[in-house]
Amino acid sequence: MSPLLHYLVINLLQIAFLLAFAPLLGGVLARLEEIIQGKHGPSIFQPYFDIWKLFGKDEVISEESSWVFRFAPLIHFVMPMFVVILIPALTAYPLFFAFAGDMIAVGFLFAASGFFVVLAAMDTGNVYGGIGASRTRMVGFLAEPVFMLVFFALSYVADSTIPYTVNASWAVSWAAMLQPAHLLVAVAFLMLLLADEGRLPVDNPAGKAETAMIGHSKNLEYSGTGAALMKWGGAMKFMALLIVFLNVVITPWGLATTTHWGDVFFAMPKVLGKMLLFLVVLAVIETTVAKLRLFRISEFLASALVIALFAMGVRVVGIG
Amino acid sequence: MTTALAINGLIAALFVLFSLAAIVTRQMLGTLYLFMAHAIALTASAIVIGIALDSPHLFWVAAITFSTKVIAVPLVLRWSAGSEIYERREVDQVLSIPVSILIAAGLALVAWIVAAPLVQVIPGRPFAVINLPSGLIALFYGAFTVAVRREAVAQLMGILIMESGAFFASIAIVNDLSVIAEIAAAVDVPVAALVIGLLIRSINRTTGSTRVGLLADLKEQR
Repeated sequence: MSPLLHYLVINLLQIAFLLAFAPLLGGVLARLEEIIQGKHGPSIFQPYFDIWKLFGKDEVISEESSWVFRFAPLIHFVMPMFVVILIPALTAYPLFFAFAGDMIAVGFLFAASGFFVVLAAMDTGNVYGGIGASRTRMVGFLAEPVFMLVFFALSYVADSTIPYTVNASWAVSWAAMLQPAHLLVAVAFLMLLLADEGRLPVDNPAGKAETAMIGHSKNLEYSGTGAALMKWGGAMKFMALLIVFLNVVITPWGLATTTHWGDVFFAMPKVLGKMLLFLVVLAVIETTVAKLRLFRISEFLASALVIALFAMGVRVVGIG
Repeated sequence: MTTALAINGLIAALFVLFSLAAIVTRQMLGTLYLFMAHAIALTASAIVIGIALDSPHLFWVAAITFSTKVIAVPLVLRWSAGSEIYERREVDQVLSIPVSILIAAGLALVAWIVAAPLVQVIPGRPFAVINLPSGLIALFYGAFTVAVRREAVAQLMGILIMESGAFFASIAIVNDLSVIAEIAAAVDVPVAALVIGLLIRSINRTTGSTRVGLLADLKEQR
């Protein structure tokens, strides 16, 4: 097999990895939280059953809705796949599409899918969809500058915005890992991840009251295949963000360094292991922290902004 | 040495984070816990620098810091203002939290700019490069907390954070101060906590609260 084709196949393998394991993360996270809370919840494979069930159901679409409503689940489902071929999901060396887009492109891809989901939420005229959409935009606007600063800080360190290069620049040595800028960027990114994914303390993913929802009321109107795609796409988006966070920012190890197939396949359990560790941390955060009031979210994200500024400052002054 | 510098850099980042968090938190108990975490970061930095520079004095600093700031100060505060800390939740402030955060960002930049020429003046102090600006940031944040919080307990935290900041910078610059001076400096901390704690206790007994911001108004004007 020629090297180019080989890289392309690994790219496809990354997409398969994302598709196959994304729902598992949600199931494991829910189970971990239930263990901490002393409950006996559903199995970790529940999200797969949910998605399977939804694919088998009829779809009901409001007469008032336009093409945007039908189109949004598709784009929400497809965008994480585009993202995952740009980032180091399994390999430490750049693959076929690695230089087709950088981390800014990753941000744009997620922004595009977020835009359509928000439009679709307002499309049906459901009141809660509109509330959820406007709140999501509020959090989004507040998170945007932090995203930018975190990306700038990351690319400043690596002199590049290509995620593979950033990964390589952290993975050089322990001294590179322990830089103050690195820790600060990791903290800011974690806060951003919580806000963007609608986890506590920004939004309660287990909440059932529509009036208190931020992001989760956007797909209330979906049913059948649309709902399945939204659910699966959301899970994949979470996993893609986790890959960026874990493989690029905080723990750039455990990836395949050779083109050998065994090495590439062996990277999967290692990456999943890192994710499991992070999910434990996330479960602890989610069970110990209370949800913030809506107007306190600006404080939460402003703190993230200042922490990202610290990271930049430490780099600019040249001490970290 | 490189490893020690790296670990110290990480600790310095945590130190700055805890200083920021002490400004941002609204909860009284949270501020106290963050102050303890802050002091633990100072202890850790003293130990790392002590090992790297082979300076036993810094182990004394670490031991004294830990015993005063992590153990003694919370005990003193619990005794003198326990009900206020453990029962009341939110702290009054002059400025809203987002404004405070923005000012905090500005203060951090000022600290870095001020520290840059200072570091040039003291060559041969590898740890000062990171500890001096971090300590200055904590110093500024402590002063800022004192200014914007209308709460005696939180203001005491601000003073102690300032003190920790000064220590954080100085352990990287002077690492052979005699133990007597260390103890003298460190004993001041629980004494200050005790004096202010007694003050808080008497304010609390007289006015039923420790919101000293309310005391600025004259009684006749109300």
